[in-house]
Amino acid sequence: MKTCLVVDDSKVIRKVARHILETLDFEVREAGDGREALDSCLATPPDVVLLDWNMPVMSGMDFLRALKNSGIEQRPKVVFCTTENGMAYIRAAIEAGADEYVMKPFDRETLESKLQIVGVA
Amino acid sequence: MIGADALSGGAMQLIGSLLEQRTGQQIAANRAWRIETALKPVLRERGLPSLDALVGQLLGARTGELADQVVDVLLNQETSFFRDVAVHDQVAAAATAMQAEIGNRRLRIWSAGCSTGQEPLSLAMLFAEKAEGFPMPPEIVATDVSAAALARGRAGRYSQFEIQRGLPVRRMVEWFDTVDGEWVARPELVRRVQFRQQNLTADAPPPGKFDLILCRNVMLYFSLPLRRQVFDRLASAIRPGGLLVLGAGETVIGLTDHFTPSEAYRGFYRASGPAATTLAAAG
Ligand SMILES: C[S@@+](CC[C@H](N)C(=O)[O-])C[C@H]1O[C@@H](n2cnc3c(N)ncnc32)[C@H](O)[C@@H]1O
Repeated sequence: MKTCLVVDDSKVIRKVARHILETLDFEVREAGDGREALDSCLATPPDVVLLDWNMPVMSGMDFLRALKNSGIEQRPKVVFCTTENGMAYIRAAIEAGADEYVMKPFDRETLESKLQIVGVA
Repeated sequence: MIGADALSGGAMQLIGSLLEQRTGQQIAANRAWRIETALKPVLRERGLPSLDALVGQLLGARTGELADQVVDVLLNQETSFFRDVAVHDQVAAAATAMQAEIGNRRLRIWSAGCSTGQEPLSLAMLFAEKAEGFPMPPEIVATDVSAAALARGRAGRYSQFEIQRGLPVRRMVEWFDTVDGEWVARPELVRRVQFRQQNLTADAPPPGKFDLILCRNVMLYFSLPLRRQVFDRLASAIRPGGLLVLGAGETVIGLTDHFTPSEAYRGFYRASGPAATTLAAAG
């Protein structure tokens, strides 16, 4: 079973994502900000991280950079999942090393197709 | 099943037979409720009070603009970019192998039942990125019975939902621009596809022979005799040794001798030489 870490400061979004991911046979972990997510990744790397952009404490972008610099051996795939839907944001995310990008709102098929693209579903 | 009750049996039959006559698509009993949902916007747009009123108008004229519109909204046009990734990997491999066989001639691909364009545009992206081994990018002809779907394909304009389903983000930023919250394919991508209206059950195929035909998720709701006819038609448009790609769960087995399962590519079917040649000679 693959593991997905859902990183979002909204409990509701985490719940929705968890629900979809569980129907896709993922084991789901949650984090409320980038800092928590980083700790979680360093402790036990998940297969994939579903990452919000705007969060308190540590933003998605800062998390991504920190993850890159952490020297973590098995870097999880990172799928941004955000309401920042402009081209500039998307390009910046790719440049920072995101593997995929999901614009909110999204549905099950979209998320499933993106997870397939990064090779975890 | 509210819809099914609200529409009288006779009205349902009329609408069902209109769709089948025009496109070959049968509405399965368990999907009949969709008729009402699908037709609601048509009623609103035309200021018709009820489905019965719509059926009354259709009875008056079963051809013409209203009938076209009714048929159009009842067609299942579900699709997505790179629908079934494995199929696209195999298309790329098969096309490369075929191109090596045919030398300098330009490879020809037909996307039959292309819906709103995601399938042929996916192919166009694939081959734009995979120039090596191809003297010219393959020709891509995309057809559908639905004029509305084709218009959307030609415009190459997609909602946020449509664009991110199946399309890798790098390709999205490479080939699309955002305009008013929608995603519009770059002209140099759309230009790689020729969109044409064609009814698989009534019209001649696009002229010339194709090396590869994709006809995915189109024949699912055709009757068996109709599927046989359409396989004949597809066989007449493919060169001997060419490949036919059907949707997951669709097969030629037991329906035609023109195609046999490919050994090299799973779920692909190879056009048997003589039969295709005979048909070609017959016109
Ligand atoms: C479910 S979509 C499949 C689209 C695409 N091939 C795919 O697999 O994603 C089926 C398409 O077939 C078209 N279609 C249905 N009957 C047809 C016919 N008789 N001739 C041509 N196209 C037809 C519909 O308009 C629709 O766009």
